[in-house]
Amino acid sequence: MSTIFGIPPQALFGQLLLGLINGSFYALLSLGLAVIFGMLNVINFAHGALYMLGAFVAWLLLTTAGIGYWWALLLAPLVVGAFGVVLEKTLLSRLYKLDHLYGLLLTFGLALIVEGAFRHFYGVSGQPYPIPDLLRGGQNLGFMFLPNYRGWVVVASLVVCLATWYAIERTKLGAYLRAATENPVLVQAFGINVPLMITATYGFGVALAGLAGVLAAPIYQVSPLMGSNLIIVVFAVVVIGGMGSILGAVLTGYGLGLLEGLTKVFYPEASNIVVFVIMAVVLLIKPAGLFGRER
Amino acid sequence: MIARLLAGAALAALAVGSAQAQQGKISGDVVKIGVLNDRSGLYADLGGEGSAVAVRMAVEEVGGKILGKPIEVVSADHQNKPDIGSNLSREWIDRDGVDVIVDVPNSGVALAVQEVTREKKTIFLMQGPATSRLTGDACSPTGFHWAYDTRALAVGTGQAIVKEGGKSWFFLTADYAFGHQLETDTAAQVKKAGGSVVGAVRAPLNTADFSSFLLQAQSSGAQVIGLANAGGDTITSIKQASEFGLTQSGQQKLAGLLIFLSDVHALGLQVAQDLVLTTGFYWDMDDEKRAWSEKYKAKTGKMPTMVQAGSYSSVKHYLKAVEAAGTDDGPTVAAKMKEMPVNDMFAKNGKILPNGRMVHDMYLARVKKPSESKGPWDYYEIIRTIPGDEAFATLAESGCKLPG
Repeated sequence: MSTIFGIPPQALFGQLLLGLINGSFYALLSLGLAVIFGMLNVINFAHGALYMLGAFVAWLLLTTAGIGYWWALLLAPLVVGAFGVVLEKTLLSRLYKLDHLYGLLLTFGLALIVEGAFRHFYGVSGQPYPIPDLLRGGQNLGFMFLPNYRGWVVVASLVVCLATWYAIERTKLGAYLRAATENPVLVQAFGINVPLMITATYGFGVALAGLAGVLAAPIYQVSPLMGSNLIIVVFAVVVIGGMGSILGAVLTGYGLGLLEGLTKVFYPEASNIVVFVIMAVVLLIKPAGLFGRER
Repeated sequence: MIARLLAGAALAALAVGSAQAQQGKISGDVVKIGVLNDRSGLYADLGGEGSAVAVRMAVEEVGGKILGKPIEVVSADHQNKPDIGSNLSREWIDRDGVDVIVDVPNSGVALAVQEVTREKKTIFLMQGPATSRLTGDACSPTGFHWAYDTRALAVGTGQAIVKEGGKSWFFLTADYAFGHQLETDTAAQVKKAGGSVVGAVRAPLNTADFSSFLLQAQSSGAQVIGLANAGGDTITSIKQASEFGLTQSGQQKLAGLLIFLSDVHALGLQVAQDLVLTTGFYWDMDDEKRAWSEKYKAKTGKMPTMVQAGSYSSVKHYLKAVEAAGTDDGPTVAAKMKEMPVNDMFAKNGKILPNGRMVHDMYLARVKKPSESKGPWDYYEIIRTIPGDEAFATLAESGCKLPG
């Protein structure tokens, strides 16, 4: 049998597919971060905690109210989004006039509080969340066994990413948003409610994190640590893609997922640092990120 | 100037010397027990605050006082970082007068703390860390390894699975001191029992997605996939192995080489059923263990893991030795501890080897099916008692070289 770099091609396809699945989570999360940074200029460190919150809302809905996966997919992002709106209205909105650093510190502190609270009540080992009946089992693709649920994750995240990109880049509302980012005073002068748009954007961005949390619940344990495990990588993804660039965040998310998958085959020990090595290299060559604009 | 400095240093040395000469009784008029472990990360549920609770239970049982002096329990989070662990223990010993350090899961951190406690002649009661090196080439006159170690896990689970017909092994190993040692020890037992090792993959500590590594294990064609990892990593790998249908096909079998009760609780019996594992303690074995565990559960809401139960047992034994020795001086108490047999709810007739290994019976258990379990925490069926002498290495085998 022929091999590619000593690996049978079947195994390689399998690993690429797995990379794509992990990339889906990176893409969904970094998309939310990019949207928030683009519109609010806030580096949202609470993103990982809100992703965890999404998974926990789904788990709580199931265990306390018996509400299943599909409703959770709708409800959890709404709950997380609403929580985000409250945060923005009461806390974040006071910081827009200050340096970026303050937003970062505030959201970082919020993340620690939320995670600490969940850790206190639920421990670190996490809670099991079953895969919905409809998506149980899997397909034998010849080169690997693909669980149906993982396939669904890729499709769902692709659809959401494309829809978000379309809404921001190709619709009238998106045009307002982009204009408000460039020059909020002028846009406000045209009679558009800019503060409302900012609040809605933050709510939407964190709702994406909540959605990713629900998607992740059946794959990983629903654990207070799940966000902090992922968030650092996601920040690296955003930095590599270019802060605030939506297309950049999505493409980089999938791309780095693939690359990480390959690393796990060729040099597994390095799989948790490869993303950061790439980040360092990209920052040296293109400080604004692959898709970012120099300001 | 230099002469003055030298004179000062000599005086200081003299002062230290005379302080040591006055040993005997209790240093600082308090016995301070420091529980050092992972309180927030992937190993927090198997030790964490639970170990501190267990230690406090041991202290309460002796009335909170020893030789007329109070006993104090402090705790800290080493965040699974060896540098933080060794700095904290230095600070505890030098500044706060801590007399004994307990638990310290994560073999990497434990190896670092062992260096500090050896240098400071402080008692170190290890529960959480697994690597058998702690009583092997990295042994210390004041270090005690209590609940289990990689060698015992290898003898228990490794041999049992080879006997059941799992001849060829592939290891999925946590990429640090613990995983490497567990892989080495298990591979040795597998080969001894007539099995073979076809490969291994090293996954970074705290990996979120194991599917890639599991796929490599699957394509290796090995009959047994040995999970040389722990805590959160074990939970994730078992869960995802079930998701990817590794075990359903019946061709491959998972061997969780280190599984704690808290892991089984988190996984749920549906996923964890029929796993074979080795443990140093299970709450539901006799009346004494049940009574203690129920008391522990009343305080924490959970049944204890072997790490938490072992923390209790080792502190209990330590306090007995302090009482008998009439002092809390490290080397003196260590010698006393090694003289006395360990008899409590955790171990019967446990004995401590000169290298600090506490030899006691280990248990081979199978995780019950959901239908067999009577409720939460009714998880294990004990299928074999492994005599201590079989489970743990002898002093000669351990490779420990103590001075004198």
